[in-house]
Amino acid sequence: MPEFLDDFLFSYQSLIYALGINGLLALSMYVVLAIGQLSLGQAAFMGLGAYTSALLTLKLGAPFPFVLIASMAVPALAALIIGAPTLRLSGVYLALATIGLGEVLRIAFVNSELTGGALGLSGIPERAGYAIIFGALALALIAFVLVSRSRVGRAMEAMREDEVAAGMLGVHLPRYRISALVVSAMLAGLAGAFNAHVSSFISPNDYGFDAAVTILSYALLGGIGSPFGPVVGALILTLLPEVLRPLHDFRLVFNGLIIVVAVLFMPHGILPWRIGRTGARG
Amino acid sequence: MLAQQLVNGIISGATYALFALGFTLMFGVLNVVNLTYGVYFSTGALIALYATRHFGAPILIALPLAAIATGLIAVVVDGLLLTPLRRKKAPELASLMVTLGATLLLYSLMTALIGTDIQRFPAAAIDPSAFEIGSVRISRSQILIVGTAFAMVALLLALMRGTRLGLAIRALAENPDVARLMGVDVTLVTFFVSFVSGTLGATAGILIGLNYNAIQPYMGEAMMLKGFAVIIIGGLGDIRGALIAGLILGLLEGLTAGYVASTLKDAVGFLLLVLTLWFRPVGLFGRAAIKRA
Repeated sequence: MPEFLDDFLFSYQSLIYALGINGLLALSMYVVLAIGQLSLGQAAFMGLGAYTSALLTLKLGAPFPFVLIASMAVPALAALIIGAPTLRLSGVYLALATIGLGEVLRIAFVNSELTGGALGLSGIPERAGYAIIFGALALALIAFVLVSRSRVGRAMEAMREDEVAAGMLGVHLPRYRISALVVSAMLAGLAGAFNAHVSSFISPNDYGFDAAVTILSYALLGGIGSPFGPVVGALILTLLPEVLRPLHDFRLVFNGLIIVVAVLFMPHGILPWRIGRTGARG
Repeated sequence: MLAQQLVNGIISGATYALFALGFTLMFGVLNVVNLTYGVYFSTGALIALYATRHFGAPILIALPLAAIATGLIAVVVDGLLLTPLRRKKAPELASLMVTLGATLLLYSLMTALIGTDIQRFPAAAIDPSAFEIGSVRISRSQILIVGTAFAMVALLLALMRGTRLGLAIRALAENPDVARLMGVDVTLVTFFVSFVSGTLGATAGILIGLNYNAIQPYMGEAMMLKGFAVIIIGGLGDIRGALIAGLILGLLEGLTAGYVASTLKDAVGFLLLVLTLWFRPVGLFGRAAIKRA
């Protein structure tokens, strides 16, 4: 590796990790938004993944691949418990229940001795690196592009445009909804495990309300027409506060503003194009 | 011990009910989940705090003043964010998202301006004396809490049931288009409902602020968890349900803190919320028009 590149990677290491991890989080938000639902539990799922993986590594010394699988399985289970009752109802219920999940998990992390209370867990070994983080991001992107070109992708888009019509056309709505939420929870959990294993330290406040809304702002800035939109959104919103230092203190104000502006004035985000489908003409 | 826990439970239950009332009113009438509602809880308490601290206003003046000011903020937020969406007939999740963004914006702006330190009412604003009935202690501010909560609820019910404006509000809740055809000024009534909701949220914030005397910008966020729980247990948009669910939550929290563990207190609401969603999504009375997707 050339020396300048080595230096660059070393000084901006945590920023580059954050780009990959936030990209994964943006994709986890994308899956749910792509079927016209709104989950505000992405930060909670991420926190569950981070704590599960950190505890397995620290207390049991479990091998990393196993840790990663567990960090996806636990949030998936939480998604089932929250999603199964709420996804039968209108979208508002999932949104409210997932915000609730985030709050209650934060309270649990703060009050439990196992999770180190408000101080969190520290001394987590650095097991994740560029290869695995960006490999996972690339894999997820490829998978989503393939899915959006397929029959499943068409069904998802139909649900987003008009659920009733999609249901009439034979889309199995409950199955799509719960699958999307579970996949989304797994991706967020994986991002959480990576986060824990590159930053060596996690605390309950990393996964609160601010984080949940920030993840939504990635997706809304980029637009959800294609899986690339949210990733580009994450890229911009992660880099911008670093480039524009004065923005740093008002980072969260800015993220909130992005959501407001995106919903009111640019509902398709900054990347409005959609993925073409196999066999589609014109 | 039991009597004291029950009294504490009723006092916090009264504030939960008051808080959830404005939240469920917004949903029931305006058909939007307005997440900025938690911010009104914080701004109400903060405005009251500044009024007592810098202008030496007694709490009985600061309370209505701060509540009215917050009600006006709620009207502005509704006008800027939700009216354009309503005009476009945007889906309900769009309004949820826009208020979510606004919530983060407003909270982080407040934090950037005044910090996250816990602030307290000046000692002169709060009368520390308490009544003792047997072994039960009730402070004057707690009596103010319960009294104000009951007064606000009674006023709201009288308004909804006994006035033309209340009739217009109920018509709007039923169907905005038909209400407009029947001569209801929908914009005006919408602003009025936002104002009333903002006032209710702010009052709850001031009362809780007085009870615990610890105020900071993010206090509304923790309260929203209780708000969600109460309006879902009571049934979305159901006023009577919100009142009863609020009291139940307060009582159960008090009993959990007294007999199980005080750290588990805050999880009670969420547990009830999930149980309600699993077994009775229509809420306590099953009147709320539940939308199945």
